[in-house]
Amino acid sequence: MHPPSPRAERPIHPLVVRITHWVNALAMLIMITSGWRIYNASPIFGDWAFPKAITLGGWLGGALQWHFAGMWLLVANGLVYLTYGLASGHLRRRLTPLRPREIAHDFVAALKFRLPHDPGVYNAVQRLLYVAVLLIGIVIVLSGLAIWKPVQFAPLTALLGGYDTARIVHFLAMTGIAGFVAVHLALVLLVPKTLPTMIIGREPHLGRNHVVKP
Amino acid sequence: MKPFDRLLRRPRPDITIPETHLIRADRRLFLRGGLVAAGSLALGGCDLSDNPQVESILGGISRLNDRVQGALFGSTRLAPTFDVADITPDFPFNAYYPASKIRVIDGSTWKLELAGLVSDKAPWTLDRLRTLPQEAQITRHVCVEGWSAIGQWSGVPFRTFLERIGADTTARYVRFACGDDYWTSIDMPSALHPQTILALDYAGAPLPPKYGFPVKLRIPTKLGFKNPKHIMAITVTNDYPGGYWEDQGYNWFSGL
Ligand code: HEM
Repeated sequence: MHPPSPRAERPIHPLVVRITHWVNALAMLIMITSGWRIYNASPIFGDWAFPKAITLGGWLGGALQWHFAGMWLLVANGLVYLTYGLASGHLRRRLTPLRPREIAHDFVAALKFRLPHDPGVYNAVQRLLYVAVLLIGIVIVLSGLAIWKPVQFAPLTALLGGYDTARIVHFLAMTGIAGFVAVHLALVLLVPKTLPTMIIGREPHLGRNHVVKP
Repeated sequence: MKPFDRLLRRPRPDITIPETHLIRADRRLFLRGGLVAAGSLALGGCDLSDNPQVESILGGISRLNDRVQGALFGSTRLAPTFDVADITPDFPFNAYYPASKIRVIDGSTWKLELAGLVSDKAPWTLDRLRTLPQEAQITRHVCVEGWSAIGQWSGVPFRTFLERIGADTTARYVRFACGDDYWTSIDMPSALHPQTILALDYAGAPLPPKYGFPVKLRIPTKLGFKNPKHIMAITVTNDYPGGYWEDQGYNWFSGL
């Protein structure tokens, strides 16, 4: 028997959220870079293509294999996160409310670098960005299904404006996620102490409490 | 006009054909492997797919996806059909070779050979195929590359043909061998789908060579490369036949 260590305290980010977050980051990386290679096989926007060096798969067939393998990881992981988030109240607690006035206030404060960051508490701009990227995540999966199975899921494809339009929706959703990641990474760089909380669930106890192993 | 239509570049044959060539060159390059892999790890144009273990995992998932798609396939669910006004002008030619290599097959000597689990293996002439009931469809052709185009095909419902030749419709696969050295294969449920036809005509006239004269399989429930042109022989079999692209890594079922 030993007294509860300070480490047993409630993590800033629940374990399920931490695991699904990093699995999602990997799945997104696979989906986006292989998706770029697939896009290059028949560009939508003029002759503009992604530089081959930042794509995954080597050739169209390889990229498609990555894409249709990565989709299972992305969707399964997303379902675990959403199920947990809805059932546990995590999504409601951390990602709401979304009030325009608070968002505007926090946005201005953020531009002035006067937005304090409390571990485990998302400011209104952060909440908006997270909710937005989760919704775009749903759109990217649905539009992906619409262009993968335009016959079996014909009503879904029609809902998204038909095959060609759904293809553009899918592309724009990718742009939205890539834009989110750029802002997201910039903010992590600005507030680097958030990174360990998303990995080990707490801020590193530098100086105190560190265990020296023999 | 749909909101995003103007943003869409029409598929142009001169853009899509080099791609199929590049693919082969790419493929050879990335099979050469090692050197490239030595580059960067996660991205940087490095082909993780080059690693034999990664390749076998991805291949396994692709076969799992074959089964998922087989389960998802509705044997009576129809591909959307369109009006004459929706037909894509100048429907693109696409193959694993450029337009200058299009095969011109002599319809007067051509015969469709039959093999495998078929009770009547007598070859068919073009005239005899024309005596069977014909059906027309205006459907969307979706290419694995991502572009799509709407066209009008007519010909013999493939189910009618399979029944006429006494094919074992409980067999698993139908293989097509083509006059342009292409080959592919499809699952029996897709072969029996009401919109799967042995197309003899494009837009009301006999198929021109670029669209697969004398006979092409039109199967709107599958990607374009599962619609073989210049069909010379059909085999009904239980042994997985693969295909030209499938053997290189395109998903075999490739249903829509
Ligand atoms: C290597 C890339 C990434 C890094 C370094 C990273 C880092 C982080 C960090 C540090 C947090 C916690 C922020 C805080 O405590 O204030 C976080 C949360 C979050 N990130 Fe990322 N992230 C990455 C990729 C992604 C991607 C690709 C997505 C989605 C497309 C994403 C979506 C989210 C979401 C939705 C949250 C909130 C999770 C929750 O609390 O439920 N991240 N990320």
